[in-house]
Amino acid sequence: MTATSTVKGTTMTQTGEQKTKRMSFRQAINAAMAEAMREDEKVVLIGEDLRGGNGGTNPDPTVEAFGGVFGVTGGLWTEFGGDRVIDTPISESAILGAAAGAAVTGLRPVAELMFMDFFGVCYDEIYNQAAKFRYMFGGKATTPLTVRGIIGAGVGAAAQHSTSPYHLFTSTPGVKVVVPSNPADAKGLLLASIRDDDPVIFCEHKALYDVKGDVPVGSYVIPLGKANFTRRGTDVTIIAIGNPVNAANKVADKLKGEGISVEVLDPRTTSPLDEEAVLQSVADTGRVVIADESAARCGFGHDLAALIAQKGFHDLKAPIHLVTPPHSPVPFSHALEQLWIPGAERIEEAVRTVLKED
Amino acid sequence: MTLSTAPAAAQDLSTDQLLEAYRRMAKIRKFEQRLHLENQTGDIPGFIHLYAGEEATAVGVCMNLKDTDYIGSTHRGHGHCIAKGCDIKGMMYEIFGKQDGLCHGKGGSMHIADLSVGMLGANGIVGGAPPLATGAALTAKYLGNHGVSVAFSGDGGSNQGTVFEAMNMAVVLNLPVVFVFENNGFGEASGADYSVGSKDVAGRAAGFGLPAVKVDGTDFFAVYEAAKDAVALGRSGGGPSVIEAKNYRWFGHFEGDANLYRTKEQIEEIKRDHDPLKIFRSKVEGLIDMAELDKIEQEAEQEVDESVAEARAAAEPTPDQLTVDVYKNY
Ligand SMILES: Cc1ncc(C[n+]2csc(CCOP(=O)(O)OP(=O)(O)O)c2C)c(N)n1
Repeated sequence: MTATSTVKGTTMTQTGEQKTKRMSFRQAINAAMAEAMREDEKVVLIGEDLRGGNGGTNPDPTVEAFGGVFGVTGGLWTEFGGDRVIDTPISESAILGAAAGAAVTGLRPVAELMFMDFFGVCYDEIYNQAAKFRYMFGGKATTPLTVRGIIGAGVGAAAQHSTSPYHLFTSTPGVKVVVPSNPADAKGLLLASIRDDDPVIFCEHKALYDVKGDVPVGSYVIPLGKANFTRRGTDVTIIAIGNPVNAANKVADKLKGEGISVEVLDPRTTSPLDEEAVLQSVADTGRVVIADESAARCGFGHDLAALIAQKGFHDLKAPIHLVTPPHSPVPFSHALEQLWIPGAERIEEAVRTVLKED
Repeated sequence: MTLSTAPAAAQDLSTDQLLEAYRRMAKIRKFEQRLHLENQTGDIPGFIHLYAGEEATAVGVCMNLKDTDYIGSTHRGHGHCIAKGCDIKGMMYEIFGKQDGLCHGKGGSMHIADLSVGMLGANGIVGGAPPLATGAALTAKYLGNHGVSVAFSGDGGSNQGTVFEAMNMAVVLNLPVVFVFENNGFGEASGADYSVGSKDVAGRAAGFGLPAVKVDGTDFFAVYEAAKDAVALGRSGGGPSVIEAKNYRWFGHFEGDANLYRTKEQIEEIKRDHDPLKIFRSKVEGLIDMAELDKIEQEAEQEVDESVAEARAAAEPTPDQLTVDVYKNY
């Protein structure tokens, strides 16, 4: 168990003695898929260049030429073969639609959308199909589908390869949405997502792929809907999800030196949302900063703020502060992109401000 | 209507046209070769996808277009931009993310656009261009200005639903759009013979009711002639058509790709046997003095050199630019 994942008021299934291994976010996600495929032969992966090297002039029929664009599926084709690690044409509607159709008829597919921005090409297969099956069909359908995709700004990937549209997914009833911030959570949450009997969208921030952490080996599940306190504190709460959690941790550690006690709460999943943990922390500190990369309008941060305003209003000692990107596409220029990201500097500034207000 | 399968004879083009075609191809080559090196310095943010090896396709098509005609491009867009007349410096500034880039540093390599020369944008979304080019053709038809538009896609992109929808709709509405499929054999690391079920990109056109032709995309004269017919068809109200141009990509899918799906020897062979610039030279022997072509290459190299030096030294966008151009007004 990692030093940072102290849990308050919530349950986790891992035990304190679970053996861990140091690995990257990328490797942790890979390990979760391997684990899921070993334990359930109905789990199949489907997407573009999960292996790479089919057809063409590939001189070595055993080579995995890509293993995913960021190498996240590397080794899985070699272990599980082409029947279970399925490379497709560039056809996202068919990928998600086929995954939804396969899920509702007996498989447990993990579809990869590569960059989550591409949901724009194909979201109908979730929005009007997979997400609605159970309800529309009167509870008769089960759609155990996981959609993986890359989110996040910070590497100069520009407007169409850098967004974090999990707020849009969160507003879709019938889908669950996961946004992990560290390797251990990524593994535990992905295994939970794959085992879940409803569609889950799993968002991987590209800036995290090389980040390392201690990850429990073997079967390790973190239930969806259970928040994590990555820092405990009493003066102010930063609620963050995905990569901004790491910026928030940095701010908390820095301010500790100044005698400011910062709590950092990572909901880990936006849907379901651990409302209890959010409201508990608000009650404890009374001051809230929300750091969210999704959107400046109608984003996940606004959803949290509405929750706190409705159910935690009387615990607040100061207005809620939101740290989000501006209401703009993600700029290409490195200088502008750094300003766009809701990073540590802006979070720190918000914390200092909220501490002065009442 | 059938489109030409026979290459144009070099004699059919004026000397000026021949020199211009070579100039554009040489600029693309030098631009991409230089970016291949510049990218290794780590000073270029994001992903770049190089067009070297495919020059004859972009130039063969765009030599038939006017500034008022539109092209829609792909993630591998530098060649299309140069062929359509985008400014080299403006492009280089953009790729380095500078304020004076063609898109003020907001777009980068995958989104270079210049509507003033009919360049509707490189596109980070595979299959993005065909519906947009169909829209540009709708405008041309509606305005009755005899404009045409061209949608570039790859073999990989040819499998996208948006492409099928655009082709069918262009037939139904009889729009002046040319769908150009650059078949370089790969989409990322997957062979076209794996991902195109029929193994025949152009062959699909018949099912939608479009005339189609397959040409050698490394031979400027073959592409030029097919595009001439396709563009004439569109301009005269004859509707959409398809060109499949077979060519080769010299570099990896993106800069940093280890090319594990082909061997070093295969890449060397491609560069040796399928070099659009060499092929062009062999076809204009006797018509054009080779020294002139050498000079064009030197000039292109110099222009690229200057653009890199200037782009490196150029100003970054200032913070106030962050929210400029989200809307015209808000
Ligand atoms: C909708 C969408 N899906 C996937 C991608 C990722 N991607 C970028 S380029 C590419 C391969 C494109 O292959 P092709 O169309 O043959 O063009 P080429 O790269 O060979 O020029 C893929 C899969 C994308 N950018 N957009």
